Amino acid sequence: MQQTRNNNRDTKLPEAVYTNENRLTYGWRHNTKYLVAGVLFGVLLVKSEVISWFRIQEMFRLQSFHMYGIIGSAVIVGIISVWLIKKFRIKTIDGEPITIAPKKFTKGHIYGGLIFGFGWAITGACPGPLFAQIGTGATVIAVTLLSAVAGTWVYGYFKHRLPH
Amino acid sequence: MLELLKQPWPWYIAGPIIGLTVPALLILGNKPFGISSSLRHICASCVPAKIPFFHYNWKSETWNLFFVFGIFLGGTLATAFLANLSPTEVNPALANELATYGVTNYNNLIPEDLMSWQSLFTVKGFFFMVVGGFLVGFGTRYADGCTSGHAIMGLSHLQWPSLIATVCFMIGGFIMANLILPHILSL
Repeated sequence: MQQTRNNNRDTKLPEAVYTNENRLTYGWRHNTKYLVAGVLFGVLLVKSEVISWFRIQEMFRLQSFHMYGIIGSAVIVGIISVWLIKKFRIKTIDGEPITIAPKKFTKGHIYGGLIFGFGWAITGACPGPLFAQIGTGATVIAVTLLSAVAGTWVYGYFKHRLPH
Repeated sequence: MLELLKQPWPWYIAGPIIGLTVPALLILGNKPFGISSSLRHICASCVPAKIPFFHYNWKSETWNLFFVFGIFLGGTLATAFLANLSPTEVNPALANELATYGVTNYNNLIPEDLMSWQSLFTVKGFFFMVVGGFLVGFGTRYADGCTSGHAIMGLSHLQWPSLIATVCFMIGGFIMANLILPHILSL
């Protein structure tokens, strides 16, 4: 959407330099807000100990309510938020309508879900916490992250041969 | 106030704020909350090879890479300014079990007895970091999402495929933690 708008502007406006500058400014502002959101989310993951291997072990052994409380209350707030956004047709800060794509079921949700569950219990981290753990100074987790990137790559390589 | 922030945050504070990430990303720019996609964008930008799965306009998804870089920075900031200096408190039953495997260091959020540069080239270390990481990356992409994309974003949008994925995450985790990990930890 944005891309097409920019392209149109490019072809219509003779001042190409001005247009590029505009796009850069927009791009920087555009991505900075996600950087800030990420920082807040990262602080939250650390301080709530969601990124703790020990909390994840407790969760999978039913030894603590902590993680269930976090995920459960997050989902309730998420459900209410999405409902409000749809009901009042809330737009983005740039005035665009908000649309959420539905998820299409494949068998991958089952097979991939189980495989990720194995990995989650081993590493004590889903992808988000991996980034936060490295940030806390656990530099060796960069190896885990790199291995996760490799796992994603291998999935891409074998995708067409896997049941979906 | 600062002292209070340095304590571990309770679930009823952290959970709802994590839930607010969903509307925040939607209102900031119509973005669906999801983190594992960043791993795909890293593949697409660095090593797409000739794999069709990695040939798409990843540049239009850079927001996601900024978001995860922010998570990394957030981890740094929380450690620099809000660090809780006392060891992680865990359920005594877990502490007793882990002690039998020689896991006794609770100074960090990750178990240093299992995950450190020194242990990387041992069988256990390789399993916990390299094998575990691989399963996380492979599984999340195969399942088309992780805890954020399915368990939080998908369930917030009442998507039943996400519910199935979330249930499978939990089943996989229960099997690994209770039936398989004890054998690995005993090595």
